[in-house]
Amino acid sequence: MTNPLKPVDVVLVGFGWTASILAEQLTQTGLQVLALERGRFRDTVPDFATTRIQDELRYAVRDGLFEEPARDTLTFRNSVDQTALPMRHLGSFLPGVGVGGAGVHWNGQLWRFLPEDFVIRSHTQERYGRKFIPADMTIQDWGITYAELEPHYDTFDYLCGISGTAGNIQGRIQPGGNPFEGARQRDYPLPPLKRSYATVLFDKAAKEIGFKPFPCPAANTSAPYKNTLGVQMGPCTYCGYCEWFGCGNYSKASPQTTILPVLLKRGNFSYRTHCEVTRINLDSTGKRATGVTYVDAQGRQLEQPASLVICCAFAQHNAWLLLLSKIGQPYDPKTNTGVVGRNYAYQITSAVDVFFDEIMNPFMGAGALGQAIDEFNGDNFDHGPEGFVGGGYIALWTTGGRPILQHQLPADAPKWGAGWKKAMADNYLKSASIATHGSVMSYRDSYLDLDPTYRDIYGNPLLRLTFDFHPNEIKMSGFLTGKAALIAQAMKPRSFNAIPRVGHYSIVPYQTTHNTGGCAMGADPKTSVVNKYLQSWDVHNVFVMGSSVFPQNAGYNPTGTVAALAYWAADAIKSRYLKSPGPLIQV
Amino acid sequence: MRARSFTLPIGGSIALALFAGAALAGQHAASSEVARGRYLVRIGDCEYCHTLPGGKPFAGGRAIPTPFGLIYSVNITPDRDTGIGQWTEQDFYTAMHTGIGRDDVHLYPAFPYPWFTKVTRADVDAIKAYLDTVAPVVQNDRTNRLPWVLRWRGELFGWNLLFFDEGEYKGDPTQSAAWNRGAYLVQGLAHCGACHTPDNWLGGTKHSEPFEGGDAGLHWSAPGLGSNIRDGVGGWSTAEIVEYLKTGANIKSASAGPMSDVVMNSTQYLSDTDLNAIALYLKERPNNPVKSPPETLALGTDALARGQALYIDNCTACHMGDGRGVVDVFPPLTGSAAIQADNPGTVVHVVLAGSRMAAPSSKPTGLAMPGFGWKLDDHQIADVVNYIRHAWGNRAPLVTADTVVAVRKDIEPSDRPSRDGDAATHPDAPVNRADP
Repeated sequence: MTNPLKPVDVVLVGFGWTASILAEQLTQTGLQVLALERGRFRDTVPDFATTRIQDELRYAVRDGLFEEPARDTLTFRNSVDQTALPMRHLGSFLPGVGVGGAGVHWNGQLWRFLPEDFVIRSHTQERYGRKFIPADMTIQDWGITYAELEPHYDTFDYLCGISGTAGNIQGRIQPGGNPFEGARQRDYPLPPLKRSYATVLFDKAAKEIGFKPFPCPAANTSAPYKNTLGVQMGPCTYCGYCEWFGCGNYSKASPQTTILPVLLKRGNFSYRTHCEVTRINLDSTGKRATGVTYVDAQGRQLEQPASLVICCAFAQHNAWLLLLSKIGQPYDPKTNTGVVGRNYAYQITSAVDVFFDEIMNPFMGAGALGQAIDEFNGDNFDHGPEGFVGGGYIALWTTGGRPILQHQLPADAPKWGAGWKKAMADNYLKSASIATHGSVMSYRDSYLDLDPTYRDIYGNPLLRLTFDFHPNEIKMSGFLTGKAALIAQAMKPRSFNAIPRVGHYSIVPYQTTHNTGGCAMGADPKTSVVNKYLQSWDVHNVFVMGSSVFPQNAGYNPTGTVAALAYWAADAIKSRYLKSPGPLIQV
Repeated sequence: MRARSFTLPIGGSIALALFAGAALAGQHAASSEVARGRYLVRIGDCEYCHTLPGGKPFAGGRAIPTPFGLIYSVNITPDRDTGIGQWTEQDFYTAMHTGIGRDDVHLYPAFPYPWFTKVTRADVDAIKAYLDTVAPVVQNDRTNRLPWVLRWRGELFGWNLLFFDEGEYKGDPTQSAAWNRGAYLVQGLAHCGACHTPDNWLGGTKHSEPFEGGDAGLHWSAPGLGSNIRDGVGGWSTAEIVEYLKTGANIKSASAGPMSDVVMNSTQYLSDTDLNAIALYLKERPNNPVKSPPETLALGTDALARGQALYIDNCTACHMGDGRGVVDVFPPLTGSAAIQADNPGTVVHVVLAGSRMAAPSSKPTGLAMPGFGWKLDDHQIADVVNYIRHAWGNRAPLVTADTVVAVRKDIEPSDRPSRDGDAATHPDAPVNRADP
């Protein structure tokens, strides 16, 4: 039974980073904006209160802040010849639930993609020839350039109070920064975080080899900050509980710490919690959305009319909603036609654990406290001799020294018993880990569709993920791991232990929550779901946000690009779409 | 036009400052008088008490805790049957000026007529003119929850004889216009003394101890407003007082509890001229007498060490090891009047249950401190409170676990997560309004 509610101008599906950005931007125009969030309301106090949030068992081990598979899950298989099974526990990635979304429990590692990342296919073909790209690799240009996104990256940097050292200001390479980054219009708003001892050793070793290490850009405040909306943030205390936790000190950028204090005061904004959107509704032509249907906490199915529907859910949920709503042609890997669900990608990571005789004090950490090199990211190096596409950064992060999950042991340490305990006692304070963070290209057989068997509590087919690592990624990751091992060796440790990523992708162990694709953006409606303004090609009053629009994944964490794209799309909606609602690009 | 004469022995400029717009009172209120009335209603913070959280503005129904029981605010919308739609200007003035409502009903002094009596007739008329324009709401007043002996309002006649001094503000010709304006607001419509002046055991204002610090309900203690450095505003500059009233925080302190509500509903809207007048008046007030000489030696080294350990574990992340906080973000504890007040109610309350700063649009964050009542027992809270009241040169009377017990008994537990719709109760945050 569906009862239409009072119409609003804009309905946002979800209330995390992108919805907060869109809401803040669009309410400026006077529009009535409503966000529908499947989870609950959350705020710094009381939900992430300091000395209470630092509870590893409750939040990290028992998934205190994440999506609950019992309510929302997906099915998974490695390849099209397998039968997908539903995920009954969280594993390789940890989507958020509740106001703020995954923007609450991220680390704050805030990167920009390289200019070449946005034109990867044309750039690769031009530099290495057409045959360099494997036939089943379906990478494509984004339809947008770094230069177009730069002002929006900048907006987000100054919203969040990013701590860092610029490497390239308006084309001038800056000492101490990342010399490979795209030109930025100005420096970061805050200086870099204080360094941990392990990052100091990494920095020294990398320089000895001839690399150009720099402090990782951090959405953890190195000093007090008042952001561009007038919202105040406190300085990071290096408590080491960023990833998988909310911040109790107003130091990690999140919707709560940067946007909500201002947004929630706006009379033309409202939100409803415990509302799970199940459909975008279309009119009889199928070319225009009329609003959304959602199920509220009482289990009532309600229809919310809206003039504009913006999908701001976590990456793959956007693709799921489009598939359920029959917006855009579903992707079919057999014929390589259709677009929705196409080009799912992920991140490939590996590690080199390093063991010292000196004390590192790993518990003094912050989610984005790290030192990195970018020599092997994107196309910052000659791929010709290597024979793979893509790359990644190599970083030593000191995110924290949480007792249960954050520790490294030498490869020869016992796995249990008294020997394990002794090894743990010997190594906990005296170890660090170098991470590689690699890109994942998109492939014909990596995609999202509706599961033929399993359904959710509302009777809707679950989303099915078909994904595996391809030889290109394994090769690239091995290359990065080798470079990381070089640095590890130069740190002159007692020992080090390289842990490359090999074999099939497993959805069980945690890797990163950097899921991308399924609603790829692009210049061609035959290979993209949304145009360069993130507007659906098929239904002009539907926009899609988030990393779901990435056509493939770069060698960086996605949040910076997700946010920049949200500001970019908001700008297009404000300056063009509202004046003349209709397709912003005609083909 | 109502003919009114002013006989105050004060200069023309003061009269102008106090009574600007008085000539506009009339049968049909001019829009400028309505606007002035709106501003005066802000100064008087009328809407807060006369509105149920989430309810219709000025329709009453909010429970006002008093030492004697709950008193519910009344409907002051212009609804003819359940509001004050039938009240004349004279009725309204009589209520504001004497605490006697229409039909000669004595009003309980939870309605701060002991302060409102100082408000000029012209200002009262402007307030009425504004209230006549708000949306009428049909809502019957609730019955107060008072012990039976207090339900007979005739007793208030005697109470008024004892504790109530009727009369409009009398200007001091030896002071400047700005000082007089500040005194008029602080002593009158803004009713600062309702909290910041102590009450006697019958709830009567101790006029002999003006602004020496009082009780703001639910164990919130209102610091003294004397020029004392330790527990007054003597250490604050005029600009710092203005900033605090406008935004809820300055470099010395941040609002908590009821004062956050006052900033949100009242003082943030005041003109810079009025805020400066208030600050000037407060700055020129004398020192309050030091009632209980702070004990420095009574806190043994063991207790100090226990308190310091708790402080390091729980408080340093924001207030820093030196108690100085983070400038413009987290308030300092050093030299704070709220921390060093004789009555430790506010600090105990905040440590137990946390508090949120005011969040006006000029300083929108609404930074909050979490409560620690869920993890620290009464002795631990007494230890940490004693520590912050004695560290870094702070001095204040000792707190015992019994004090903590008394506060804990009356306040909400601090370990619950956000409830949905909590944001709607944040000041100025009308969210979830679109609920179907």
